[in-house]
Amino acid sequence: MKAAVGGYARARDLRHALELLAQTNGMGRVLAGGQSLVAALNMRLTTGDVLVDISALSECRGVVEDGDTLRIGALTRHAEIGRDPLIAAHAPLLAEATTHIAHAAIRNRGTIGGAIAHADPAAEFPACALALGAVMHVEGLAGAREIPAADFFRDTFETALEEGEILAAITIPKAEPDEVQVIEEVARRSGDYALAGLCLVRRAAGHRVSLFSTGPKPMLATGAMAALDAGDVEGAIAALKGEIDPPSDTQASGAYRRHLAGVLLRRAVARIEGGTR
Amino acid sequence: MTEIVRDRIDVALVVNGEPVEARVPVGQHLIDFLRLELGLTGAHASCEHGVCGACTIRVNGEAVRGCLTLAAQADGAEVWTVEGLTDTGAIADLQAEFVSRNALQCGFCTPGMLVAADELLARGGVPSRGEVREHLSGNYCRCTGYEAIVDAVEAVATARAGGDARTGEGGA
Ligand SMILES: Cc1cc2nc3c(=O)[nH]c(=O)nc-3n(C[C@H](O)[C@H](O)[C@H](O)COP(=O)(O)OP(=O)(O)OC[C@H]3O[C@@H](n4cnc5c(N)ncnc54)[C@H](O)[C@@H]3O)c2cc1C
Repeated sequence: MKAAVGGYARARDLRHALELLAQTNGMGRVLAGGQSLVAALNMRLTTGDVLVDISALSECRGVVEDGDTLRIGALTRHAEIGRDPLIAAHAPLLAEATTHIAHAAIRNRGTIGGAIAHADPAAEFPACALALGAVMHVEGLAGAREIPAADFFRDTFETALEEGEILAAITIPKAEPDEVQVIEEVARRSGDYALAGLCLVRRAAGHRVSLFSTGPKPMLATGAMAALDAGDVEGAIAALKGEIDPPSDTQASGAYRRHLAGVLLRRAVARIEGGTR
Repeated sequence: MTEIVRDRIDVALVVNGEPVEARVPVGQHLIDFLRLELGLTGAHASCEHGVCGACTIRVNGEAVRGCLTLAAQADGAEVWTVEGLTDTGAIADLQAEFVSRNALQCGFCTPGMLVAADELLARGGVPSRGEVREHLSGNYCRCTGYEAIVDAVEAVATARAGGDARTGEGGA
């Protein structure tokens, strides 16, 4: 099928993009990498959108150090995250996550901001953001907002972004010297969305476990985190299975996803105990 | 004055080394533009949601999904399709290996497969078979079962590196 769009505009800078969005009478739609949006347009899952193309805004692309945090521009592409030395050094979880996201050609254009704003419950980056305690930096004509990852993801494809706002960057605390970060997932084929996935971070303050593709949005498994802090892996797996209620669909049953979540936690723990990061 | 364009927008890009200027419908993807406006029918519009890889073309030096890139977004871009890569001879060795190893049958996936494989080969070294499979995982072939395609890519990598396939491991 072919897209039926209501209009298109190329933004020169972030301010211009916000002004363009404000002119669209609620039909505005930010176009970043297009790797989810253009597919949806082609399938006419959405029609009449006025596309505000932000893909050329260099101010929103790239990774920089900012004190104890890394600032990642929303338009930084998956492939760039995967090879960025600052990411490798300070947020290795994101680099590993890119190896699970789609295929090389899609990673060449898809952006981290797009993946986070899109909020697919099976996507890797939202769960990484949650596990790492990222902060979303959102710009609007009314001003800027900073939204912690824990408050950002609301429901399937639904975030705290208001109409007319743009996600400009995300910041992530740099990994501590002894911090370990791993991601595990099961997908039927390389590049498919995960049937179930899990991020595990161990830092001085304790463990953080986030899950994706096990509910309507990525979630922190606080019961499993507490059990891991107490050194009880079996307890953590039991807690994890109790605190999720995964959906059944054509890809997998809820019971299978719950089982996988336990398997993934066991694998992730084995990796961090083995010292691999 | 609004800068929102409702129906068509001007683009200027370079396709297969030739400058092109056109007015494109704002919702048209790059593959339809290349095929319908420029007559470059090598890259295929197939699934049109990024899954099959038959539309893979090179934009600004990278392999991308032509069906998930709007023509409007290609303003200022440098685009290469299988036609241009054939004319320059850039992938002649890869094409020859595909032919000699029967790495294509119906040929529908081949233009996209060649562009995707070319991106991997351009990194240099000899990728492992696992790396070749991973890099081509987004390109579906319903005829060959992939084995001959992986053979062809491996053979070209080895030949370009001037060595023996088993000794020149390109990484994990
Ligand atoms: C075949 C295929 C397989 C895939 N597999 C995976 C996978 O395994 N895991 C995964 O995570 N993803 C996967 N993806 C999706 C891919 O990662 C996309 O790149 C990503 O979901 C969206 O990023 P984008 O930059 O392309 O955003 P776009 O497609 O341009 O936009 C997506 C949505 O986010 C909004 N948006 C984008 N950027 C911003 C911003 N800065 N501020 C506000 N709103 C914004 C848009 O308005 C739109 O609603 C796959 C895609 C395809 C086609």
